[in-house]
Amino acid sequence: MIYNIPYIAVVCLILIGLYALVFKRNLIKMVIGITLIESGVNLFLITLGYRKGSIAPIYTSSPGGIMALPIPQALTLTSIVIGVAVLALMLSLVIHIYRHYGTLDVRKVRRLKE
Amino acid sequence: MFTIDTGSGFWTPIIWVVAIVVAFLLMYILRMFGNKTYKKDTEQVKSFLSGNPEYPKEQMQIKASNLYWGFTKSMEGFYNILRKMHTGNASDYVLWFVIVLAIFLLIEVI
Amino acid sequence: MNVPEYTPALIVAVPLLGAFLTPLISRINDKLRNIFVILVLGLNSLLVGLLAFNIFTKSTPDSPFIYTYIFGAKDVTLPVVRILFEVDAMSIFMAIIASILVFVAVIYSWSFMKENTGLDKYYTLLLLLTAGMLGMMLTGDMFNFFVFLEITSIASCALIAFWTNKAESVEAAFKYIVISAIGALFVLFAIALLYGQYDALNIAVLSNAIQYTFLDKIALVLLIVALAMKAGIVPMHMWLPDSYGRAPSTVTLALVGATLASLYGVLRVIFTLYGNILLEPAKFDIPVNMFIGWLIIPLAVISIIVGVIMALRQTDFKRLIAFAAVAEIGYMFLAIGTGLAAMGTAYGRTALEGGIFHIINDALDVGLLFLVAGAIYYATKEWSLDEMGGLARNMKYTTIFFVIGILAVAGMPPFNGFASKLLIYESTFQLNPILAIVAILCSILLLAAFVKVFHSAFMGPKLPKFKDVKEVPKSMLFAMGILVCIIIFFGLFPNLVLENIVRPVADALLSNAQYLSMVLGGA
Repeated sequence: MIYNIPYIAVVCLILIGLYALVFKRNLIKMVIGITLIESGVNLFLITLGYRKGSIAPIYTSSPGGIMALPIPQALTLTSIVIGVAVLALMLSLVIHIYRHYGTLDVRKVRRLKE
Repeated sequence: MFTIDTGSGFWTPIIWVVAIVVAFLLMYILRMFGNKTYKKDTEQVKSFLSGNPEYPKEQMQIKASNLYWGFTKSMEGFYNILRKMHTGNASDYVLWFVIVLAIFLLIEVI
Repeated sequence: MNVPEYTPALIVAVPLLGAFLTPLISRINDKLRNIFVILVLGLNSLLVGLLAFNIFTKSTPDSPFIYTYIFGAKDVTLPVVRILFEVDAMSIFMAIIASILVFVAVIYSWSFMKENTGLDKYYTLLLLLTAGMLGMMLTGDMFNFFVFLEITSIASCALIAFWTNKAESVEAAFKYIVISAIGALFVLFAIALLYGQYDALNIAVLSNAIQYTFLDKIALVLLIVALAMKAGIVPMHMWLPDSYGRAPSTVTLALVGATLASLYGVLRVIFTLYGNILLEPAKFDIPVNMFIGWLIIPLAVISIIVGVIMALRQTDFKRLIAFAAVAEIGYMFLAIGTGLAAMGTAYGRTALEGGIFHIINDALDVGLLFLVAGAIYYATKEWSLDEMGGLARNMKYTTIFFVIGILAVAGMPPFNGFASKLLIYESTFQLNPILAIVAILCSILLLAAFVKVFHSAFMGPKLPKFKDVKEVPKSMLFAMGILVCIIIFFGLFPNLVLENIVRPVADALLSNAQYLSMVLGGA
């Protein structure tokens, strides 16, 4: 049971992130929601590589025992970097929106409708 | 290499083009039998609006939003639903994605 | 002639190198930078064309010719741990479309974007977008697909917000990046699910090992829905009119390519990744392909109907064309769904061929319409259809190109739209007559929507405020002329395209055994 806690945490993070995206009105809170979903998916990637009783895969002449899988760690690093780039882009767009519209309420930032 | 053959028919564009060219030629020949004379700069070239006066050009043009008035008015109920769907609210875009994802997961997995 | 075997990597690397050199070159001269970008894209299109020529002429229906390029080793050895580029007929077909679209966009933007500042960033982002799109289409590895998907969405979001002085462009870019980020994160979640089960990221290795377990079903649904959202299916389509309508016209042309790349992702997932289990029974003893096919078809029909009906009401020029693009994506998905649901029959194969032919036809037609909208904006600085009128007297060539574009999109003979739509009508009629009836009716309504645009923009009395409007510059006319030539050529000789280009693509999609044998060595 204790080895299932990371997976439950992943589902909780994704659901909280989706809740923040759909039901919150502030643009910055929506950006935080996207970051939460991204953290959840990264946690899922890392948890997939763990083996019970394993050590970190950083040795060339290891002191024995099995190592955790290194590939998910590489995938997660790539994903974190992509997430940082998307976050920087979204926040700079929020700054521009505030300069044009004067508000951060997502129900008022909708000149393009219907 | 000129025809595509679907399972239940075929389509050859060259024959269509030849038919259209022949039709245009016929039209042109018929047009040449018409009356060629008209007097320029007289009453014959002014537009006739059933006796109504002619306003400046910008008021005479039918704008794009009024062009299909009959169609949009008769389907007004359907259009109101569609316009309420397209709110422009960024959270609603994600809400539609979550709804479709939930429906598909329910159908597929359960 | 033979191309070297590292050509797939070169096709992605050349725009990337060009993107990094462009800010340096633009410090010297502006015209030099424009010529450099056109040369880079010309070289890239040449490479894509040579690779396509090799693949299409050397492959027969039994043994298609597939290029494989592995990064860092000489041969493919099992177990596959390196990144693999695997180019079969479907990949190179989409790469041809992307290359044509971006090449025409750069020629058009020679004079369309001349008065804007910050053009070095514009060209850099456009080359990055090209590299991302081509990488998405040529790769054979799922995580690599995700990385290129993110590169494409970041580059295209920055390009949509290019006119930062207009408020609507920034708002459209924000909505686009939110939707893109969510879609890509769910794609990554599905890839992680598949990796956790089978310990492989390569498409061929995964496809060999996949069984239809509970987690595989979740991964399939997540992949299809997230990639379909990026492709613009109703009811998740609402970002498409916003971002297509407020971006500069050349950026919209490149965005069409990015949308079609997501459609390629859906095809690759359904036919190649899950290809081995498509004929097994799912719940209630229905085989999987009929199940997924009949899930996709209602979405496609709703896309066609909503796209066309919303297009009839718009008063903004580019938003109307964007809703027509949503309807055309619906046609493609209808053909793919029919091809899935009727897999193994003759009319299912015709439907798949019609859908694939429609991809290239629609990219060209909708691209031409967006370029004409850009030309009108360049000449009159007006967005809204209510303010225009009587432009056909001043802009003769643009009017002719617009008429050709309208007739091609609505599926009128003898242009290319009719050839692919005829295949779709005839094959969906044999699956269920209602689908064909909806498709034909909405084609006619689409023509009605564009006749409204034609009347209000080009016909009508001569308005005094447009007295000094001249024809657009020659480079824009040349770019539109390239697209028109290809449209007329595809319309007059449809069988040439159908037999030599579309049929190998349908063959490659329907049988994934050849795709697997390049990696797994004749297993």
